[in-house]
Amino acid sequence: MLRRRLNRLCGGDEERVDSRTIYVGHRPCPDTEAFIPSKFCDNRIVSSKYTVWNFLPKNLFEQFRRIANFYFLIIFLVQVIVDTPTSPVTSGLPLFFVITVTAIKQGYEDWLRHKADKEVNKYPVTVLEDGRSVKKESEKIKVGDVVEVVEDETFPCDLILLQSSREDGTCFVTTASLDGESNHKTHYTVPDIEKDLQTLTSAIECEQPQPDLYKFVGRMHIYKLEQEPVVRSLGPENLLLKGATLKNTKKIYGVSVYTGMETKMALNYQGKSQKRSAVEKSINAFLLVYLSILISKAVVCTTLKYVWQSKEGQDEPWYNQKTQKEKDTNMYLKMFTDFLSFMVLFNFIIPVSMYVTVEMQKFLGSFFITWDKDFFDPEIQEGALVNTSDLNEELGQVEYVFTDKTGTLTQNNMEFIECCIDGFQYRYRDTQSEVDGFTVTDGPVNKLQQKAGWEKEELFLRALCLCHTVQVKEAGSEVLVDQVDGIDGLLGFIASSPDEIALVKGAMKYGFTFLGLESKSMKIKNRQNDIEEYKLLHVLNFDPVRRRMSVIVQTKSGETLLFCKGADSSIFPRVRPEEVDRIRMHVERNATEGYRTLCVAYKQLSAEEYAMADTGLREARLALQDREEKLMAMYNQVEMGMSLIGATAVEDRLQEEAAETMEALQGAGMKVWVLTGDKMETAKSTCYACRLFQRGTELLELTVRTLEDEKLNRDQKLHELLQEYHNKAVKDAPPVKAGVTRSWSTANQDYGFIIDGATLSLLMNPPHDADASQYKSLFLQICQNCTAVLCCRMAPLQKAQIVKMVKNSQGSPITLSIGDGANDVSMILEAHVGIGIKGKEGRQAVRNSDYAIPKLKHLKKLLLAHGHLYYVRIAHLVQYFFYKNLCFILPQFLYQFFCGYSQQPLYDAAYLTMYNICFTSMPILAYSLLEQHISIEILLHNAALYREIANNAMLRWRPFLYWTVLGIFQGLMFFFGVRFLFSNPALQDNGQVFGNWSYGTIVFTVLVFTVTLKLALDTRHWTWINHFVIWGSLAFYVFFSFFWGGIIWPFLKQQRLYFVFANVLSSVSAWLVIIILILLSLLPEILLVVLRKPRGHHSQQLSEDSSTDTNRWLRSLLSPTRI
Amino acid sequence: MMASSYNAKDEDGHLPGSVGSGGPGAVKSKKPDNTAFKQQRLPAWQPILTAGTVLPAFFMIGLIFIPIGIGLLVTSNNIKEFEIDYTGVDMSSPCFSCSQNYSWNSTSACTCSVPFTLDQPFESNVFMYYGLSNFYQNHRRYVKSRDDSQLNGDKSSLLNPSKECEPYRTSDKKSIAPCGAIANSLFNDTLELFYNHPNGSKITIHLEKTGIAWWTDKHVKFRNPGGNNNNLSSVFRDTSKPVNWHKPVYELDPSDPDNNGFVNEDFIVWMRTAALPTFRKLYRIIQKKKDNMTPTLPPGNYSLEVTYNYPVRSFDGRKRMILSTISWMGGKNPFLGIAYITVGSVCFFLGVVLLIIHHKYGNRNNSADIPN
Repeated sequence: MLRRRLNRLCGGDEERVDSRTIYVGHRPCPDTEAFIPSKFCDNRIVSSKYTVWNFLPKNLFEQFRRIANFYFLIIFLVQVIVDTPTSPVTSGLPLFFVITVTAIKQGYEDWLRHKADKEVNKYPVTVLEDGRSVKKESEKIKVGDVVEVVEDETFPCDLILLQSSREDGTCFVTTASLDGESNHKTHYTVPDIEKDLQTLTSAIECEQPQPDLYKFVGRMHIYKLEQEPVVRSLGPENLLLKGATLKNTKKIYGVSVYTGMETKMALNYQGKSQKRSAVEKSINAFLLVYLSILISKAVVCTTLKYVWQSKEGQDEPWYNQKTQKEKDTNMYLKMFTDFLSFMVLFNFIIPVSMYVTVEMQKFLGSFFITWDKDFFDPEIQEGALVNTSDLNEELGQVEYVFTDKTGTLTQNNMEFIECCIDGFQYRYRDTQSEVDGFTVTDGPVNKLQQKAGWEKEELFLRALCLCHTVQVKEAGSEVLVDQVDGIDGLLGFIASSPDEIALVKGAMKYGFTFLGLESKSMKIKNRQNDIEEYKLLHVLNFDPVRRRMSVIVQTKSGETLLFCKGADSSIFPRVRPEEVDRIRMHVERNATEGYRTLCVAYKQLSAEEYAMADTGLREARLALQDREEKLMAMYNQVEMGMSLIGATAVEDRLQEEAAETMEALQGAGMKVWVLTGDKMETAKSTCYACRLFQRGTELLELTVRTLEDEKLNRDQKLHELLQEYHNKAVKDAPPVKAGVTRSWSTANQDYGFIIDGATLSLLMNPPHDADASQYKSLFLQICQNCTAVLCCRMAPLQKAQIVKMVKNSQGSPITLSIGDGANDVSMILEAHVGIGIKGKEGRQAVRNSDYAIPKLKHLKKLLLAHGHLYYVRIAHLVQYFFYKNLCFILPQFLYQFFCGYSQQPLYDAAYLTMYNICFTSMPILAYSLLEQHISIEILLHNAALYREIANNAMLRWRPFLYWTVLGIFQGLMFFFGVRFLFSNPALQDNGQVFGNWSYGTIVFTVLVFTVTLKLALDTRHWTWINHFVIWGSLAFYVFFSFFWGGIIWPFLKQQRLYFVFANVLSSVSAWLVIIILILLSLLPEILLVVLRKPRGHHSQQLSEDSSTDTNRWLRSLLSPTRI
Repeated sequence: MMASSYNAKDEDGHLPGSVGSGGPGAVKSKKPDNTAFKQQRLPAWQPILTAGTVLPAFFMIGLIFIPIGIGLLVTSNNIKEFEIDYTGVDMSSPCFSCSQNYSWNSTSACTCSVPFTLDQPFESNVFMYYGLSNFYQNHRRYVKSRDDSQLNGDKSSLLNPSKECEPYRTSDKKSIAPCGAIANSLFNDTLELFYNHPNGSKITIHLEKTGIAWWTDKHVKFRNPGGNNNNLSSVFRDTSKPVNWHKPVYELDPSDPDNNGFVNEDFIVWMRTAALPTFRKLYRIIQKKKDNMTPTLPPGNYSLEVTYNYPVRSFDGRKRMILSTISWMGGKNPFLGIAYITVGSVCFFLGVVLLIIHHKYGNRNNSADIPN
């Protein structure tokens, strides 16, 4: 930022502001006035957060920004400064512990990031300097350096391709780690560049760095000796992006234009900000409630204290004189310190230990994910990975799932499934029953003949072999061919789209093998093993608007043929209608089965026709203005009046159980959005295959194509379509019931929404700013009413934008992103929960994710079982902690009314400290690790159960209120029960009396037992650990009390509890009051257990909770208590 | 009956699948262990509280608690208790003048005699309490104003008491023993009880002054400094008496060396701070008669002779004398009995109501659900 500003200052002229000038090889150019070596950032990638120096202050600052930590710090400081009833150690020690543990954890994580950065930054690269190649560390690359990259290496920065080892000046690149497209893309060198890069003098002017991967504008001035400088325009096809990998090309040279944090990859990478779970937000909200309770308690006590003291003789009776110092203190200061003392006395209401316990629960609980053998994938010999344990419970709250397509939903492994020739379906079978394994499986019933004619078959297969842009891999160039390339025998194919390869390979199965393209002639080996040669005359390229491509070839016999393949919608209007009907049925059925269908057509061109087309195409190609439009018009003209031969179906193989997983997620009430960088057709068929879109789903498309169709302005069209879809999906749809019970009834029309990247950016940044928010809200409303949404052609950052938009929409739903490639990183980081798949496309997604799983199918168990359980566990943990501390502190508060508001603690200091640490912490920790209120099998089997906890159901205000009321009720019970008992303190059979410490001990005993037994009542899953911990901690309490009171402790100033507990237990009345108070406190709880529907219901029948007439009223009354 | 299920899930420890990776070390380490704990399949008892299980419990609680409550209430009602306020607030009360003419420095003790009548005989041991009202023994400043190590006989604390004792820590440059506000405000009224025999004679009732403090307090927590040195006056030589005391600590009970100094039971009882501002403390015990035939305190006229030293009017306090018999549950307190009867009845009532609800709706509910 600073550099950029500096740049602007130095640059002076206007142009510099939005463009940068780069001198190739740092050689000054002749006609620039002076060579200003402009400063650009170096090629260092920094993803780490701290340095050694700023770690401590920065980390501490960040930690104390947490409301709880800050609160405890304040309490601790108050205890240090002011004379308070409890020692500073009670709050200082846990705080120190929490801070240290967190700091160590974060420090370690940052160290790992440093290591990863270092690996990238120190990677050796070769740079051409003064005619020599010099090895350098990657971080030392400067803008303007000429860099050499060899095959299978990744580009160290964004480069303009200058020279390639391939003769035609191209190179192949995969951008799998950038946008997820694993196919090979062709990039071109800038024309007119001399072979000798040493003498090349040129300057590149290009735009300032921007994150869009597919956009690049620049021009190159090439200066040659004694010649006019040549200007060449540069586009994205000349730019090699950092992170992409060079394929099938021995070596290239490029000049670096963007480096380090200014590369497109780095700009697409978003910093990893700390994610907070919704539970933590709830905790903070509850914390504020308790904080206000605390403050109001302190205020009430302070006020009453001074009211009480104002009465004569109360403040300082003769038996209880103040010290001189106290007398001297200023009245207002005294009031303030009194207030603080009360705060400290009641501060246990906000439990420090809860944060420790929550952290521990999350940390230990996450081990169950790594330990789960169901997540173990034998293929990669790995299980699940937990990168952050902070979000365990968030897995149980997901409302939106954003999934990547390639590598996540699909294996990105195209396979030819079947074809349809002249209305007959052919499906490949391994059995050699029919000719060449080419089998007819069905066909129009009214026809007698079983197969299409031999000629049609051959024509179709020839079309498949010829109509493509596939290249044959040079033999021996690579021994190992990765799966995407595909290899059969000795042939490896390279293509810009994997389904072209699938088609070529499909044709190969039926006996027609494409041998390659050599100097404009295509060679095919036919069924008779003869080599046929065709002269390639023209390629009419594929583009997403036309959605078809064609080739014009000339056979040996001199016939000129045009083969065209494309989406059904773009082919059907261009062929004879009578041919369409025979094939349409197959195409439609295949499409709904999730196959990608293409129709193949051909046309014989007469010599005149060809001559016309040829000249037309050549002219259009050479046109300087409106080249695209002219070409398009020419293409349309040529591709007319064809005859349909057949259709193909290619399967993009889905991941294991992808459809089942998606179904389960939708059943659990989650909305699934597919965000992909891939083409719409591919993505759409995948959605059908995963049953995200179903046969009856009405698709609402908002893509470049739908926008182009009309004569309207794109912007107007967008507006119109949005309105139309909104009317359809939102207004006409019956109002969806708000809240937890969203109905997914089949009676309603299902809608699926499709949008592409270009349209999305138009939507997000419309020409008129005023429309932006309106468009967005329309878009969101439509999407919310669709069962599935598909976003295709997304740049990584756009994926994140979508996630962000949904995340910040009304009700701030919890989002989850799942992906496997580097292009998914930004959305993984953006979503509440990011899940990485340990796929083939590198480890970047896994590194940046919160959880990583080997396969998509594991998502189901991760969410439905683990997520659900974690949420229930932690929600209960949080509520229970607040509750137990409320009924712990309430008696202490009430006691102030009986001790002259003097901040006298009711309980001994040991009890105050140990309550949360020892007596009541272990049972809830065990509960929060082991509880399975519904067994895992049932959770997996019945996805609808997930909806029961949707919308943070257990941490809403209602259940919170319930717990609070319960806490207050029990606190009142404890205090006043014992208060009435102590109206006559002679409680022993020898007439001796009990004092204040006995009072506190009785209250405390009731408290510990009640709170523990309350948890026992809530426990539905008693393992031996639960038994051990619950009964163990009660036993420990009794043992501790005897022990603590059994010895005169030399380090204590006061032996308050000496034999108090033993004496209490020697009194029958004390026993009786303890028993009845425990029972009375638990009575409402037991009552509710009876009145509400038993949980065991689920284990007996897997049906949904059907609310029958029975006690609906009861349950609606008691619904928060299900928690 | 507790409806429960025990689900010991299949402990498929040796899956055929895991055999393949059973090779030497390296591969095996990555595969998660298939233990019950790690797979969250620990055998567990899953209790389900249903109406069927809880209803009998309610009835049981009702059936047990009501008799206990009745027993407690009867016991409590059988305890005889007599209470008399001798503060002397009213002009008519005998101690009025004493309460008016109060001065810490007065050398002559003010005495007053409060007559009272017992209508019923007090059997067995009778316990005599003094009660104070509006006296905040549980005030924080007060509660902490003591030095337990001094009271435990620690020599150094004797001469250098804890800071907590301020402002009752030193007097005349000497440390106070026992220090602190609690000790300083030791209840120092002397109460004596006389039975006015119908024949006109005034019989002194013997008041036992030991056995009123906790055994552990008397024998462990409180100890005189100097071990077995019987000459307490020399032990406490360098200390000063609490400012409000008339006599030093070693003269609390000169007649009984085991009840003198810090181990004086009146003192120990006082040092156990009360829980509430209105409290009673055990003062004396009237042992039952040897013959067991006549009641310890027969009905009739009595008089309470008070040596009035303890001022309470300044903070609007009250002083009482209480005579009470004691049962196994302690002193008279109807609370427990009432509580038990109430809870028992409520449980029983709820049991009935739930039974009705359960019968009326529960069955229909079950039959409706099963076909699903």
